[in-house]
Amino acid sequence: MSPPLLTIENVAVELPTPRGNLRAVDHVDLSLEAGRTLGIVGESGCGKTMLSRAVLQLLPRQAKLTGRVMFDGHDLVRLKPESLRRLRGRDLAVVFQDPMTSLNPVLTIGTQLMETIQEHLELDAPSARKRSIELLAAVGIPAPEQRLAQYPHQCSGGMRQRIAIAIALSCEPKLLIADEPTTALDVTIQAQILDLLAREQRRRHMAMIIITHDLGVVAGRADEVAVMYAGRVVERAPTQALFKRMHMPYTEALLAAIPKLDTAPHTPLPAISGRPPDPTRPLKGCSFAPRCRYAAERCREAKPELKGAEMPGHLYACFHPIQMAEGIGA
Amino acid sequence: MLNFVVRRLLAILPVLLAVSLLTFLIASLLPGDLAYVILGDQATPENVAALRRDMGLDQPLWWRYLSWLGHVLQGDLGRSFRTGQTVLQAVAERIPVSLELMLMAEFIGLLIGVPLAIACAARAGGAFDRFMTGSAFAMLSMPSFLTAILLIYLFAVELHWLPATGYVPFTEAPLANLRFFVLPALTLALAEWPGIMRVLRSDMIATLQEDYIALAKAKGLKPSRILFVHALKPSSLTLVTVTGINIGRLLGGTLIVESIFALPGIGRLLVGAIYTRDLVILQGVVLLVAAGFVIVNFIVDMLYAVLDPRIRHGHA
Repeated sequence: MSPPLLTIENVAVELPTPRGNLRAVDHVDLSLEAGRTLGIVGESGCGKTMLSRAVLQLLPRQAKLTGRVMFDGHDLVRLKPESLRRLRGRDLAVVFQDPMTSLNPVLTIGTQLMETIQEHLELDAPSARKRSIELLAAVGIPAPEQRLAQYPHQCSGGMRQRIAIAIALSCEPKLLIADEPTTALDVTIQAQILDLLAREQRRRHMAMIIITHDLGVVAGRADEVAVMYAGRVVERAPTQALFKRMHMPYTEALLAAIPKLDTAPHTPLPAISGRPPDPTRPLKGCSFAPRCRYAAERCREAKPELKGAEMPGHLYACFHPIQMAEGIGA
Repeated sequence: MLNFVVRRLLAILPVLLAVSLLTFLIASLLPGDLAYVILGDQATPENVAALRRDMGLDQPLWWRYLSWLGHVLQGDLGRSFRTGQTVLQAVAERIPVSLELMLMAEFIGLLIGVPLAIACAARAGGAFDRFMTGSAFAMLSMPSFLTAILLIYLFAVELHWLPATGYVPFTEAPLANLRFFVLPALTLALAEWPGIMRVLRSDMIATLQEDYIALAKAKGLKPSRILFVHALKPSSLTLVTVTGINIGRLLGGTLIVESIFALPGIGRLLVGAIYTRDLVILQGVVLLVAAGFVIVNFIVDMLYAVLDPRIRHGHA
């Protein structure tokens, strides 16, 4: 097996706040091989976006990052700004959550596409333009030539996210990080965008990290899933194994919180009661214990480590793992 | 776009009308009868009454306003009863001085303010930023006559680099003309850059938090491109407004600076008109200056549309 494309080792992110240090990411280890897809799932504030920003080295200036992020042989945390700049946009690309704010409102779509291409690939303006048109066509934008002269506000949300994807793909990155790429979009567009990402990922054989709060999004599209809660990875498994047999009560609760079409009308959604713990006041025990229906005395006293289950590659952090005999459909 | 321009132009008309009314009222409501002012202390009541009739001062106020407005609309702003010059002649004579001063002052002000603002915003909260913000605050609280005196002392008296006062027209001696303008323009610019810097700095800091700046970094663009192409343009709307207001203000001349440096600009024309109760000149010049201000603001509105395509397309 070749060395992984991306290794996140013991990464922690702390943000100073007036109420004390906020531990947004709490010692996370993850790895991703070339051409594979990793899904990172968790609710708002679980640290999934901060983790992706740590990989991209786009944390707020006051944030403190410890640990190591190895990408394609480079330690991103210790890389010189100039070398990092040459890596970003070229080998390491990102699609942000909200296409309404991630494109510059005062620059044309053509400018925003071509500047990336011309920054990293040695192409003259006409070739960069040609490539931009091809990219827009590849992400399913009709009349791509006309689009180049337009501004973001002249396109719909779904269109803008396609453009953002085209920008991300423009230099054939080895890794694409999609940070909640469909959360800000209409439901009807979501599947299209996810399918587009999956198709381009296969076609270009790039690795991809999909960050989402929706287990359903990663179900059919990720090779491996990491569930995050309160800054930590609490369960990690190959997607099939996870949906067949999840061990962490939080994962189960997340899945149960997704509305299903076949439930009777007016059935209350089994929402996860309570709120995530205050990240400036870390708990002694398991962070999920206050909201967990299986929690016992031990869960409040000690923090469960991430450890292996019977299935290879399946890790979970729980003292009272749930062992479902029957797999549940995703 | 054309629609936008026409809409903005139509919106100017009522503003200009209101300005003309205010100008007229201010001049008319000043205490003292114009006829007495012209004729002096020794005038007989008959002479005064005759002159009042000649000048139409015996007519009701609204009638005088309409008749003045009628003349203004035909391009006749009146004639000074002291010098016999028309308002337009007097302004045409002085405006090149005030314009040149304004242009040089704004240019220097922007030249100092914009790079400092970008440098501060790029490292907001850093030592340089804190130092410059403090300096800007200190400069803001420095009155221009003090700056002027200090500059004259340093560059004219001590170093003999530049003349302290005086003026020659640009057409006669371009270089000497420019030398006369350096100190007054610098005086004004030193008062302008802190405002320019503070406005642009805070807008830049806000823009640099935007998602599209994070994406620009993630795209691996050069820091200079991120600052100047991605951040500066969307941050410059307030700057354009402030610059427009500055230009409008300087268009009316700068009383103190023109007086200290003995520059024959609009500011001194106005002061002279006030001292000599030359109400026709006063009224006419104030109207023209106000109209200039309104037009500058119209240009600012147009610039918004150039800077932000969303305004151009009527989305914002």
